[in-house]
Amino acid sequence: MKRTVFLGALTVAGLAAGASAAATLDDVKARGKLNCGVTTGLVGFAAPDANGKWEGFDVDFCRAVAAAVLGDANAVEFVPTTGKTRFTALASGEVDMLARNTTWTLSRDVDLKFDFIGVNYYDGQGFLVSKEMGVSSAKDLDGATVCIQTGTTTELNLADFFRANNISYEPVPIETNAEGQQQYLAGACDAYTTDASGLAATRATFENPSDHVVLPEIISKEPLGPLVRHGDNEWGDIVRWTLNALISAEEMGITSANIGELSAAAGDNPEINRILGTEGNLGEMLGLDADWAKRAIMAGGNYGEVFAKNIGESTPIALARGLNAQWTDGGLIYSPPFR
Amino acid sequence: MTTTTDPHQGQFRLSMLLYDSRYRSMTIQIVALIGFLMLIGWLLSNTAQNLADLGKEPGFSFMLEPSGYDINQRLLDYNSQDSHLRASLMGLLNTLLVAAMGCIAATVIGVIIGVLRLSPNWIVARLSAVYVEGFRNVPVLLWIVFIMAVLIETLPQPSAFRKGEASMSLWDTVAITNRGVYIPEPLFSRSLGDIHVLGSSALRFDVSLDLLALLAVLIAGILTSVLIKRRADVIQEATGERPRTWHLRLGAIVVPFILVLAVLGFYLGYPELKGFNFKGGTHLRNSLIALWLALSLYTGAFIAEIVRSGILAVSKGQTEAASALGMRPNRTMSLVVLPQALRVIIPPLISNYLNLTKNSSLAIAVGYMDITGTLGGITMNQTGRELETVLLLMLVYLTISLTISAVMNWYNESVKLKER
Repeated sequence: MKRTVFLGALTVAGLAAGASAAATLDDVKARGKLNCGVTTGLVGFAAPDANGKWEGFDVDFCRAVAAAVLGDANAVEFVPTTGKTRFTALASGEVDMLARNTTWTLSRDVDLKFDFIGVNYYDGQGFLVSKEMGVSSAKDLDGATVCIQTGTTTELNLADFFRANNISYEPVPIETNAEGQQQYLAGACDAYTTDASGLAATRATFENPSDHVVLPEIISKEPLGPLVRHGDNEWGDIVRWTLNALISAEEMGITSANIGELSAAAGDNPEINRILGTEGNLGEMLGLDADWAKRAIMAGGNYGEVFAKNIGESTPIALARGLNAQWTDGGLIYSPPFR
Repeated sequence: MTTTTDPHQGQFRLSMLLYDSRYRSMTIQIVALIGFLMLIGWLLSNTAQNLADLGKEPGFSFMLEPSGYDINQRLLDYNSQDSHLRASLMGLLNTLLVAAMGCIAATVIGVIIGVLRLSPNWIVARLSAVYVEGFRNVPVLLWIVFIMAVLIETLPQPSAFRKGEASMSLWDTVAITNRGVYIPEPLFSRSLGDIHVLGSSALRFDVSLDLLALLAVLIAGILTSVLIKRRADVIQEATGERPRTWHLRLGAIVVPFILVLAVLGFYLGYPELKGFNFKGGTHLRNSLIALWLALSLYTGAFIAEIVRSGILAVSKGQTEAASALGMRPNRTMSLVVLPQALRVIIPPLISNYLNLTKNSSLAIAVGYMDITGTLGGITMNQTGRELETVLLLMLVYLTISLTISAVMNWYNESVKLKER
């Protein structure tokens, strides 16, 4: 008799578990807030400002998604995650999406069951060293102590790079960018390695940035992009096309300055009309209203504006567009058409 | 007319399960058991169902795939091409190393401070109290991070040695830098080599023949010394005079040991500044030192209190009786009070050893690659196998803790009061 009850309990539990998968879009709407996973603090990409308001390249993307879905760019709960905790946070549903300079790799896409919805920054791993060491190439780092954020692809690239070049090194694993900065500045490691964009952002916060130099070797491809859980394709589509809307907006010349004028009535360019919802029903197909892309672009500007405001050449981080220029300018940033 | 004194043996009815006190407790226990099993079953099936929904089949085959990452402190040979299993083994050894070092240091600190806290000397007693309260009442994580920060920020960088701003200590044999302490290492110019055990499997290790030879000579020396002592005992029994044996006993241990060292060509390898870092010597990394110091000082404060309570638990009459026999306070403490106090001290000491071992999982705060950092950190992150790695991790800590308990309980049996 005990056995029967036990099996019955198992069946009930199985049914309950099967019904637990819900649509992320409905969850976000019901909650009225988007939970967005970001870094614990990397100036330019995601960091709280002096007033505790989050800002940065990744933060603006979270805000664009919130604006598209909820109509309010500030309806975002930013969840700081470390390199180690980010995937668990996303897989467990603690965050709805992750915009945390995360490298798109096959195993993360396939084995970890996530969907990368595109690339918002083409990056590569570099080394930051102090100028007084007189090192001009990463291959001169034989025997050096290297600080590295644990739980990242950079950790694996580093092992591969030093093994391929048959030189030795001493890894010092650290948890967050702030810790890495502290150890590097105190001289507890000779070099700090992470994505070149992160190095530039970190260097910009130093007291004397010019005393430090990023070595010319870029030892890996690091396409960084936002990601969502695998399996909820409707939600993945919304996040993907929000990114594409920002990219297309730059290509089409839609800026936060002229968007009001362009969206007032249908204009001459049919693709602009379709993006801004004055023509066609693209928003309806996504399960949103017609103005979704307009709100996303108004949240922080188009891709180029977001880039220039947070990490562009006029900011202390001073990253050139390089690979991240529009395809029309010889870069890799390219959006599929809106039709 | 007869009266029945036996209770009425009526037919068993179902309601008796609830209303008959003979069956009621049994009923309640069975219901509770069923409830408990249902809860476990629900948790298991829910987990399995959710993993299946995510398309993640539980399995441990990932442990045999190449890990791809490097570990700085490795007690056995390891490189990034070895499996996750071997990486976890490196982490396990690092955990055991810091736990063992911590338990020994914490015991030494605890016993000394515990005794000093009872000292009649006012300043010594108060200073010990300040130490105990200071360390016991601040979270150990803060002590770990604090000690690490002090080591990193105050000690000289290796480049300072090149510029002549810092120099090596102890006649140029020890280099203290903000990346760790480099001490001389024992080397043998006529080494006997190593035995490779377990071929190329993930659990392979080398055994140094030099070390085995030295151990063998040391054990033989101690056995000889015991024989000499026995002979002296026999002579004392027979003649009443004990021959002088200490020089023989010392010689029996030391002379063969030194001879073997000479035959093996023993010398010390000193650290030397080459390139970015010191080369040669044994490198005690900052992360190990910070973790070890913090864990020992923190747990030492608890052990000091245990030792103090153990000593106070020994009746004052014992001390007075020892004084009446003319024993000096030192000998009273070591021969009369401490042996009796041990019976009170050991059971709570076990739980402090367990705490220290479990607290060593805070190692990641300073980048010490223990089992939480390797298996529960990088391996979990690179493979995405949260459930499996955490289960393995729990199993590992459970095994370590139960082993420590078993050993300490066995020791407790041997010192506790024998009641006949």
